[in-house]
Amino acid sequence: MNETAGPEAAGGTPVLRARGLHKHYGKDAALVRAVDGVDLDVDAGETVAVTGPSGCGKSTLLHLLGGLDRASAGEICLAGRRVDQLGERALARLRREAVGFVFQAFHLMDELTAVENVELPGLLAGQSPRAARRRAAGLLERVGLADRAGFLPSALSGGQRQRVAIARALVADPLVVLADEPTGNLDSEATLDVLRLFDSLHAAGQTLVIVTHDARIAATADRLISMRDGAFVDQTRLTGGTTGSLGALAGLEG
Amino acid sequence: MQQEVVLAMLAKEPSHGYELRARLQQALGPAGDAMNAGQIYVTLGRLEKAGLVTCEQAAGLPDRPDRKVYVLTADGQQRVTEWVTDTSWPGPGLAEFHLKLIAAAAARLADPLAIIDAQRRELLRSLRDTQRAAMAEPAGSDAALLLEGIVLRLQADLRWLEACERKWTGRKDRS
Repeated sequence: MNETAGPEAAGGTPVLRARGLHKHYGKDAALVRAVDGVDLDVDAGETVAVTGPSGCGKSTLLHLLGGLDRASAGEICLAGRRVDQLGERALARLRREAVGFVFQAFHLMDELTAVENVELPGLLAGQSPRAARRRAAGLLERVGLADRAGFLPSALSGGQRQRVAIARALVADPLVVLADEPTGNLDSEATLDVLRLFDSLHAAGQTLVIVTHDARIAATADRLISMRDGAFVDQTRLTGGTTGSLGALAGLEG
Repeated sequence: MQQEVVLAMLAKEPSHGYELRARLQQALGPAGDAMNAGQIYVTLGRLEKAGLVTCEQAAGLPDRPDRKVYVLTADGQQRVTEWVTDTSWPGPGLAEFHLKLIAAAAARLADPLAIIDAQRRELLRSLRDTQRAAMAEPAGSDAALLLEGIVLRLQADLRWLEACERKWTGRKDRS
């Protein structure tokens, strides 16, 4: 037996794996191949950004990966377990327990406070109110909003709302956080806050898949995937330095 | 006028000065309005002195004032190749990058999409380094404002590269 096979196999199981993923709408001449043959492996602790123009299929891909929508063909595995053939109830449970979602428009409940929004998934999953509240308060502290716990979303800035939404996405300690244009509605400063937060999640080992056309997210991810017409056309790890310095970029040299 | 631009316009084939000028006008449109014929001839003269082009007398056009045909030397060819693959940014500007793609395609020096791709990676590296620097700044720092300016510029440059990619992908399909 090969002694290294065991550890390698264990360490090599991606958190998220997709093979031959397709999502088609309509048929015949009106057939739209929103996702057209995607293979993807996301390793534990990795931050992957998928970029591409509007309509390239990146949001549809994210919905398939998170079980919000069903693929026309292909396989999806989470932590080595097939999830594309689960029934509705098992799928709903998977979404609640193994996946955290972050959306462009935050999707917070307007009538609930920040801490109530964050604790809601825990309560729905059957946690005691006390445990759910403790967990939610801890997560709000982690995203820098401990002092805003009792605020309604309407009293928070866009960046703060998105950080509440990220806290909520983390509540079940998910295998992977899937984010769809998380900075799409945010100004520069709020985007910076969200990027810092993603960075701290990354440092803590959280696996992240972000679809975005924000180059700032793409540039700071571990791996950058370009998507066109439903398929991956390029994958890059941005290793190495730039040829220029920040001084040159600021116009101080040259 | 930048020497490499004139050299690159010659890379397709040996040409008269007025042909070079027409190519530049075609490529630049109104952005090239300020460019005059004199500048091109001055630049060609410098390139000839530097050994990057040679000049041959064209036969059969005795009455034309412009009878010279300019040809790239091996050194000139080398300079053009270096220029096409250089990814430093910000370079002398958008027009130069634009002409790089046109010259690379016309003279089959390189695939314009590969040039765009290399440039995008370089810009993304710059963006990553600038963004990381911005993330490390404390709230309200003066430097953060400057870094934000660099980030916004790089984002605009990247968006233009997307437009370049769409355009040159279309051209590739047609040919």
